[in-house]
Amino acid sequence: MSAFFFFVQLLNAVQFGLVLYLVASGLTLLLGIMGVINLAHGAFYMVGAYLAFAVVQHLASFWLALPLAIVLGLVLGALLEHFLLARLEGADHLSQVLLSFGLILLINEAQRIIFGNDAHGIEVPAPLNFSIPLSETFAYPAYRLFVCGVGIAFVIALGLVMGRTRIGMMLRASAENRTMARALGVDAKLMYLGVTAAGISCAVLAGVIAAPIASVYPGMGDQVLILSFVVIVLGGIGSLNGALVGALLLGAVDAFGKQFFPDFAAFLVYVAMIAVLIVRPQGLFRGTGA
Amino acid sequence: MGNRNPLDRRSALKVMGGASAAALGLRAFPTPAIAQGAPIKVGFMLPYTGTYAALAKNIDNAFRQYVAEKGDKLGGRAVEYVTVDDQAEPSKATDNMNKLVDREKVDVVVGTVHSGVQMAMVKIARETSKLLIIPNAGVDAATRAACAPNIFRSSFSNWQPSFPTGKVMADDGHKAAMTITWKYAAGEECVAAFKEGFGKGGGQVVGELWVPFPEVEFQSFLTQIAEKKPDAVFAFFAGGGAVKFVKDYAALGLRKSVPLYGPGFLTDGTLPAQGEAAEGLKTTLHYADDLNNPADKAFRAAYQKRYNAEPDVYSVQGYDAAALLVIGMDAAKGDINAKDAIYKAMRGAKIDSPRGPMTMSAANNPIQNIYLREVKNGKNTYVKIAAEALADPGTGCRMA
Repeated sequence: MSAFFFFVQLLNAVQFGLVLYLVASGLTLLLGIMGVINLAHGAFYMVGAYLAFAVVQHLASFWLALPLAIVLGLVLGALLEHFLLARLEGADHLSQVLLSFGLILLINEAQRIIFGNDAHGIEVPAPLNFSIPLSETFAYPAYRLFVCGVGIAFVIALGLVMGRTRIGMMLRASAENRTMARALGVDAKLMYLGVTAAGISCAVLAGVIAAPIASVYPGMGDQVLILSFVVIVLGGIGSLNGALVGALLLGAVDAFGKQFFPDFAAFLVYVAMIAVLIVRPQGLFRGTGA
Repeated sequence: MGNRNPLDRRSALKVMGGASAAALGLRAFPTPAIAQGAPIKVGFMLPYTGTYAALAKNIDNAFRQYVAEKGDKLGGRAVEYVTVDDQAEPSKATDNMNKLVDREKVDVVVGTVHSGVQMAMVKIARETSKLLIIPNAGVDAATRAACAPNIFRSSFSNWQPSFPTGKVMADDGHKAAMTITWKYAAGEECVAAFKEGFGKGGGQVVGELWVPFPEVEFQSFLTQIAEKKPDAVFAFFAGGGAVKFVKDYAALGLRKSVPLYGPGFLTDGTLPAQGEAAEGLKTTLHYADDLNNPADKAFRAAYQKRYNAEPDVYSVQGYDAAALLVIGMDAAKGDINAKDAIYKAMRGAKIDSPRGPMTMSAANNPIQNIYLREVKNGKNTYVKIAAEALADPGTGCRMA
């Protein structure tokens, strides 16, 4: 395999991994800081994709979907926390699973009612609708590079917020020891609201960004949800670094695995997860193990 | 439950007793004329949701259109439709088929699209002798090893559209080709048929790529194609997957360097979504958008008027499925139990289909022309006949 095409597959892997990280980061924050298992996370990713579809259809602009996605995500997340998750404070994981599973059914059905059953595609937005020639026979879509860029910007931004701001400090403290953090004056209610809103917002935004390079169809959130859980379990629950490494690792396993182990392409990611868990059951990085 | 007022139960029993007596009373006077006039129940089992949803809708639409054009009567009897969404899920296929056959007790089953789901339906149709008309799924076995007198197909066998593609690609001068498709029954059969046709034309397959079904993330695979640089690529995808594949293929600049071919499913019903990316694509299929025979012109105009949408090959298959059923029911004068008469009529059908002249093989599969089409200005325009009156070999069918 030539160095050139190794690089291209690496690019594919990074792009796939970064979108996954966008989704998984919210999931791991919810699980690590709040101890909440949110199965509906994939459904919110789907909400983002359909939001992009609707905005392109009715407002003829893809870029408008981005701020709308962030706002919608924050609102949905806040509503989710205030009305649903708050009631399950202290409840066991099974209740959360049941609640979020019910949410999946609700969101999927709502999507069917509003948008119908067809699969849709979204045109890559105009300024990025070209391919960068990498050789005389091969080009790389500019939009995929844009997605990589957004992902990297997100990683940096999240890293800065978590590491250099007061909020980030409070989040990290709560992730490590919730009770102690509360005892030291961290406002749990406000923080939970913020974390849920931000986490859901990330998922919705990921859906919007991925929409032009994915297909928009009913139930598209399910596959992403499963992969996100693989990412955070592999990376260490509650650890953002783990989610990033896990996501990139999955991207690489997917891209290269399909080339070198084509017969096992369908379940290579799960093999990778099992392999890691055998060696390190708590995941690659130390999170909170909530 | 124990707090029920006993009077409630008593009055309920009274009502039920009265109702049963009334029903028995009615039944005491047999009226075969009414029974004969009862509507024929047609059960659709199609993937109304998921990546094949558009195909299901078009099949359903065109079937109903044909029956409506014949006065909404099958052999003089009214029609009642029942639908089941099989979601293109093989694991739920048996349950869904039983829903139609056992619970709804339909007279004929029309379905489906996905070959994996189809095989479960074929199995139950063979066991229950229920009339089954396949409006799309091309799984070869349905009219080969698993053929049966009560199983008919109005579409194609996976072998039929893909075998001529090989010859077309060889004639275009390509010697080394790669294949890419989903790893499921239809994908495997299309690639096998292509290899047969391509090999006969002197070509060689230098690589086979299998995408897990129903994934639509092709980047890794397309990169492999770019790396290997074959003379041409044979791809089979349908529905949403076909849209994405053609667009992704073009986005990587591969359209210019590695010519893309495939059976017509790659471009049927998908051209508006594929846009510029599909221009110039050559495909082979038993239909084209501009065949312009009288039956096709009338069919397309009526479909446009009725559904405000362009029909495609899936619509034609649904339309002809209804044509087969009407032929059978007319021959039996509406008696769904006159199976021999129905099957004989359907087997001997000569249909003036929108796709051209269509007859049935001894294995109940269509004998039809396969056309070479090229995408020009967003339409699959007819180039020439790639294979005339092509019949599936029907190997292993005990009826053939």
